[in-house]
Amino acid sequence: MADAAPLLRARSVTRRFGGLTAVSDVSLDLAEGEIHAVIGTNGAGKSTLINVLSGEIGITSGTVELLGNDVTKRSQPARAHAGLGRSYQRTTIFPRFTVFENCRLTAQATRQRPWNWWTAAASCKASTALAREALDRTGLAVIADRAAGLLSHGEKRQLEIAMCIATRPRVLLLDEPLAGMGAEETERMLGLLSGLKAGHAILLVEHDMDAVFRVSDRITVMVNGAVIASGVPAAVRADPEVQLAYLGEVNA
Amino acid sequence: MDLPTFLVQCLNALQYGLLLFLVASGLTLIFGIMGVINLAHGSFYMIGAYLAFSLAPVFGGNFAATLAAGLVLAVIFGYLLEWLFVSYLYERDHLQQVLMTYGLILVFEELRSILVDNDVHGVPVPAWLSGSVQLGDLMQYPVYRLAISAVCLAVAAGLYFVIARTRLGMMVRAGSSNREMVQSLGINIKFLYRVVFAAGVALAVLAGMIAAPVSSVYPGMGAQVLIVCFVVVVIGGIGSVRGAFLAALLVGIVDTFGKVLFPQAAGVAIYLLMAAILLWKPEGLFRQG
Amino acid sequence: MHANAAAVSARHHWLPLVVVGLLMLFPLATTGFYLEFTSKVMILAIFALSLELLVGATGLVSLGHAAFYGIAAYATVLLSPMYGAAGVFWILPAAIACAALYAFCVGALALRTKGVYFIMVTLAFAQMAYYVFHDTKLGGGTDGIYLNFKPEVMLFGARIVDLGKPVAFYYVVLACLVLVFLFLAVLLESRFGRVLAGIRSNEQRMRAAGFATFPYKWAAFTLAGALAGLAGFLVAVKDGFVNPEMLSWHESGAVLLMLILGGMGRLSGAVLGAFAFALLQLFFQWDGVFGNFARHWPLMLGGTIILCVAFMPNGLIGLPGQWRAWRARKAAEAARG
Repeated sequence: MADAAPLLRARSVTRRFGGLTAVSDVSLDLAEGEIHAVIGTNGAGKSTLINVLSGEIGITSGTVELLGNDVTKRSQPARAHAGLGRSYQRTTIFPRFTVFENCRLTAQATRQRPWNWWTAAASCKASTALAREALDRTGLAVIADRAAGLLSHGEKRQLEIAMCIATRPRVLLLDEPLAGMGAEETERMLGLLSGLKAGHAILLVEHDMDAVFRVSDRITVMVNGAVIASGVPAAVRADPEVQLAYLGEVNA
Repeated sequence: MDLPTFLVQCLNALQYGLLLFLVASGLTLIFGIMGVINLAHGSFYMIGAYLAFSLAPVFGGNFAATLAAGLVLAVIFGYLLEWLFVSYLYERDHLQQVLMTYGLILVFEELRSILVDNDVHGVPVPAWLSGSVQLGDLMQYPVYRLAISAVCLAVAAGLYFVIARTRLGMMVRAGSSNREMVQSLGINIKFLYRVVFAAGVALAVLAGMIAAPVSSVYPGMGAQVLIVCFVVVVIGGIGSVRGAFLAALLVGIVDTFGKVLFPQAAGVAIYLLMAAILLWKPEGLFRQG
Repeated sequence: MHANAAAVSARHHWLPLVVVGLLMLFPLATTGFYLEFTSKVMILAIFALSLELLVGATGLVSLGHAAFYGIAAYATVLLSPMYGAAGVFWILPAAIACAALYAFCVGALALRTKGVYFIMVTLAFAQMAYYVFHDTKLGGGTDGIYLNFKPEVMLFGARIVDLGKPVAFYYVVLACLVLVFLFLAVLLESRFGRVLAGIRSNEQRMRAAGFATFPYKWAAFTLAGALAGLAGFLVAVKDGFVNPEMLSWHESGAVLLMLILGGMGRLSGAVLGAFAFALLQLFFQWDGVFGNFARHWPLMLGGTIILCVAFMPNGLIGLPGQWRAWRARKAAEAARG
């Protein structure tokens, strides 16, 4: 377990929509070199939590600290600049661009220089280098020139991750990256995620329990917006409340 | 401004706002439930006014009969239009809807030009409503304008009743917040859409007909009311009939008093209002949810 | 659009070059009405290109673009001295600046909304500008005002071009069109342009990556307004007359129409659409074909718009692609059947 300060620290995060409390008093830490999974039944507030942490929607109360800085009031682009990356549950790639351009464009966010209107973006060394790196890391380099809309579902999910890491974030918030994947694709993705651990802190929202328990270093369980258990996988698995609320009789 | 003048302007603002509500409610319902932005909605208002003008001699000046006939025609027209044209717009993106309904405006304007004419006309106020009410010592207020407000309020109440208290209204409300769900519940969505569209058309035509004696009948009236309706819908939030009601009254007040207090600024006041609200609350004042 | 970038650009570069070549030779073949007409159409093409930056490249459907066109035209006339010609090197930037300033202000407010609201708000702000010129004495009211003297193009005391001569003016407009086209072509491939393309595809994703999308959209909106201002300046100089109808929503609708007629997403589509629209309008007004019914040309135009949008969603420039797709579908059906 890392002794250094956590890369992301959420304290008492609460998000209300009118009368509905989607996320209630959630605190968690993301430490470097760890995959921290957040699991829970449908409607438990997991996606809302990611939305709040990434800055996509506002927070009702609580604080979010990124790399030691309070980013609670910062916008999503600002948090992205501060080192936060996220991937989406529904694929948000740019279907009309090539795989390479997908990554290059997101990588461009790190060094934008929009006033330079006469130079073609494709010749931007910084973003093309970052894109190449991200594609190599996710194993997509071989299909870099294909139109992203023509990829298989698994490849699209990989591209989703590649776009996320193209900006070299320190903290990754991954929303169900394994959604809709077959066995072989899941293996590849899990290998990719394990390989990403070094140098990053990863929050993983997932439904695939086997995958979660295999690859995570810590697990937080959410029910109805609140945390009911948090700890190493073995402890969570043994926790009676978790078994009652979520795992049912499978592990009784 | 002395009290009687103020009162007169208030009544004018109320009447204008309520008329706007009639037109805007159709626009916002059609968009909220069918997801179609219909630029030609203002044309229905214009058609109503020209209908009042053309049908008047047919019924010998009997305004009630003219109104009834006009409404029947409007419902039939709306039903047919939805069936033959609007139903093809549901799957298209906003840009295509905008352009196709813009083409429709051109068609309607020219048809009116061919079937009636391009002139400005007056429609006489029905005799039994042509009196005036005394306000204070010096001011009088036309009974007909009060009648307009009364009719609009009655229609608003009727709309509220239908939407809040009937099964049809329940489907309308459900369809407004979740179109796919309504479809999957097996409700005859095609019929619902046709009814809603015909109702929207009828509301706009009614507004045009009862406004005709007061605002006269002229070619540009459709475009004019459409753009003001857009302001109403932006302020009130699209899909919200309650929002359209409150926003229409607000626009009526700002426009009427704006014109009275700053005549040089002409009709700019309501756009400044819209700009101010956009600065403060971009999603509209009364956005649902 | 980027999938086979090399193949696509090779295929499509010949069309603009041919068109420019033809346009350059055109004045040698005609004079008078056709020359003036083509000048007008090229100005409309600049207007359409400016909207393409907004609608085609960034995905912002504006129904109030004529406001910037009209404001620049009015600025050209109102800022010109009463009894002499204005120097083009100050009045052109001034007219464009007026249009850009209004675009800057409208953008600040309108871009706070999305989708249908944005369409309605842009229309409303254009209408506001229309009322200012229509109802106040600022611009001579509904009658419009005349430009007494066309701006003069003086360099070091010598007049290098006489904008009053139709042929010279034609080439000036052609040069502007080519410059605007090239500028946008380069801009859309730049970092800024690629961000706009990303915003059009999925704005949320761009924000998640770290792009503050509002300033980009605002800049595109303002730039589009400025380019529309260039078209407005040229038309004021050409006709020597401006009236409020230049800001009307019919004008805004027409330019939007040009884009969808020609084909959105491509600069040449905007130019093609401007030509197609102008020719269509001319055709429907031709009493040689329609006799007395030509009075009702908006009816035919309206019907054509509906049919075009319904059956040619990718515009004229997308027709080859549509034809190919149709052929492929038929071949697949035959293979199965």
